[in-house]
Amino acid sequence: MAPALVLKHVSKAFGTQSVLRDVSIEADAGEFIALVGPSGCGKSTLLRIAAGLERADAGEVSLAGVNVTDTRAADRDMAMVFQSYALYPHLTVRQNIALPLAMRRLSGFERLPMIGRITPSARAKHASIMADVERTAEALRITELLNRKPGEMSGGQRQRVALGRAIVRRPKAFLMDEPLSNLDAALRVHMRAEIVSLHRAAGVVTLYVTHDQEEALGMADRVAVMIGGRILQIASPEVIYTDPEHIDVASFIGSPKINLLPGKIVHGGRLFQAGRYLFSGFSGPERDVTIGIRPEHLFLSTEAHEDSIPLFLQRLEFLGSEVIAHLKNQNDGRALIARLEPDHASDVAGLKQLFASATDHELMVFETDGSRVRAAASVADGAASYAA
Amino acid sequence: MQPEGGKPRRLTRFDHREVRAALLLCAPTAVLMLALLVLPTLAVLGLSFTDAELGVPGFQFLGLGAYADLFTDRAFLRAFRNTAIYVALVAPASVVIGLVLALLIEAEVKGRAFFRSVYFLPVVSLTVAMASVWQYLMHPSFGPMNLVLQRFGLPSINWLGSSDNVLTSLALIGIWQALGFNLVLFLAGLTAINRDLYAAAEMDGVRSAWSRFWTVTWPMLGPTTLFVVTITMINAVKVFETVATLTQGGPSKASEVLLYTIYKEGFVYLHIGVASAMAVVFVAVLLVLLLVQTKVLEKQVHYA
Repeated sequence: MAPALVLKHVSKAFGTQSVLRDVSIEADAGEFIALVGPSGCGKSTLLRIAAGLERADAGEVSLAGVNVTDTRAADRDMAMVFQSYALYPHLTVRQNIALPLAMRRLSGFERLPMIGRITPSARAKHASIMADVERTAEALRITELLNRKPGEMSGGQRQRVALGRAIVRRPKAFLMDEPLSNLDAALRVHMRAEIVSLHRAAGVVTLYVTHDQEEALGMADRVAVMIGGRILQIASPEVIYTDPEHIDVASFIGSPKINLLPGKIVHGGRLFQAGRYLFSGFSGPERDVTIGIRPEHLFLSTEAHEDSIPLFLQRLEFLGSEVIAHLKNQNDGRALIARLEPDHASDVAGLKQLFASATDHELMVFETDGSRVRAAASVADGAASYAA
Repeated sequence: MQPEGGKPRRLTRFDHREVRAALLLCAPTAVLMLALLVLPTLAVLGLSFTDAELGVPGFQFLGLGAYADLFTDRAFLRAFRNTAIYVALVAPASVVIGLVLALLIEAEVKGRAFFRSVYFLPVVSLTVAMASVWQYLMHPSFGPMNLVLQRFGLPSINWLGSSDNVLTSLALIGIWQALGFNLVLFLAGLTAINRDLYAAAEMDGVRSAWSRFWTVTWPMLGPTTLFVVTITMINAVKVFETVATLTQGGPSKASEVLLYTIYKEGFVYLHIGVASAMAVVFVAVLLVLLLVQTKVLEKQVHYA
């Protein structure tokens, strides 16, 4: 099957400021792709280019196999949901949801108030629009809001209406620009599930922009991590988290952040961290690298092992299902973070000094340019537990 | 000063001092307001029921009869009618043209500041000085406006000298004056519109500039438009300088307007009583305008 939505080699600059650098995404039919990145990374611009609200300097957009690069947004048949909801404040919910249908199904004359319904065919069209609006409102459980105006509703209700306006005409693609950012935390979690199930029901390819990694990981089939106008990695949420291709992906995704330690690959492809040998199997010349360890992979113990790092325990943060330990490396004073089971946390609570270690396959090694380096699997065998 | 649910507390000596201090601090403002606003207003209201004349000792109390006289006074009725016509010409034209110009200026980034300043000039310039410029422009024999008409083979117009044209000519100047202010207000209103709404309209299939205007711009400008219409009408009702400097209400009272008539009655003929009654009617007209516009239109333009 042809991909449903394709962005090919898209570049965009505002003045001399380059916002997007050769970005490509291929989304399959019915796929939910989240574009996640820090603010200013160009994700919203990319979405607006996909929508046709913004023109790319170079590159191509195609929808359902048709090149729409030069088609204006109104003719692309995509629907967009905005962070600000962008509902028409002077229209009722019913009129808001009906507007995209009215614009597409009715002529200018038929849209006129009162006299627009003068012919039987126009009346039939109006009736079919109203039926579609009712059906959409039912699906979103906003039927009782249909006669209200946006100003009389809560943020969550407004966002539902905005979703209704998007899905009512069954577009070829959904584009969502941080639709949940203006909602409070509890509602956001609830709406996540709701958007996912709406997406499943509609089966329409969706591009979802967010700066919230939890949203991206939790909702999307695939996550595209954008930083500095580039897509650094696009993969399933699992792969993005456990197997990042770039140090920026590793540090952007994951909360608390991944621990980064300076390391060195020396002669013979052996990896050292602060003088401690970790494992070997690397190729290339001698060079500095960065070693990443997720907080949950840092194992804390009260006794020193041969190669463990001595740490000061600074603070324990109790979060219910987990405990975050804030630590300081005794050797170089760098901060480290470990995520502990509450049971384990009670063992270390009250102690000043701890020792950290990790297992080799949980370590990620990055070059100074940020790209990932992997050791040849055959050599990274034996060492059971070693210091990080 | 009463604690919730408790018995009324007796004021202590400290409280009395506090109250006295508060009153003392309020006094200057209160006295000034009383002397400069409340008393004069009451005086005008009182005088409006009399036939007082400046310099004539003693006056008669006419009661509502003073107002009855006013509404049978042909000069006053004429001024009333002329003012209404003037407002009916100036308000719609300056609002519509102001909006159209604002849309044109908003659409083009280049020269926005320039055009805004140019159209705003009449607002900040001295009306009396500008009136003499208009007098020259509208001069029947060598005024540039007639010269232009002649160039196109059209008959000359006696702009300010004919009783048929004078109100329209004054209205033209009034539009020129009000335009810049309205334009700047509309520009501010346009800038305040959430850009996402235009994006949403485009995504919803709103294709033409015409439907975009009626779907987004016009409804979103509602509060601005209400304000602009109100302020323009009030300013038009208050027309005075151009009349006083250019026509003195003539020819043959064809450009008598409310404020100018009040001025003549009060300060030329010194009929304080009559002028006061007119002033009361004048203020009543302004208040009614304000009330009608806020009450009737407010519901339809504020969405929050």
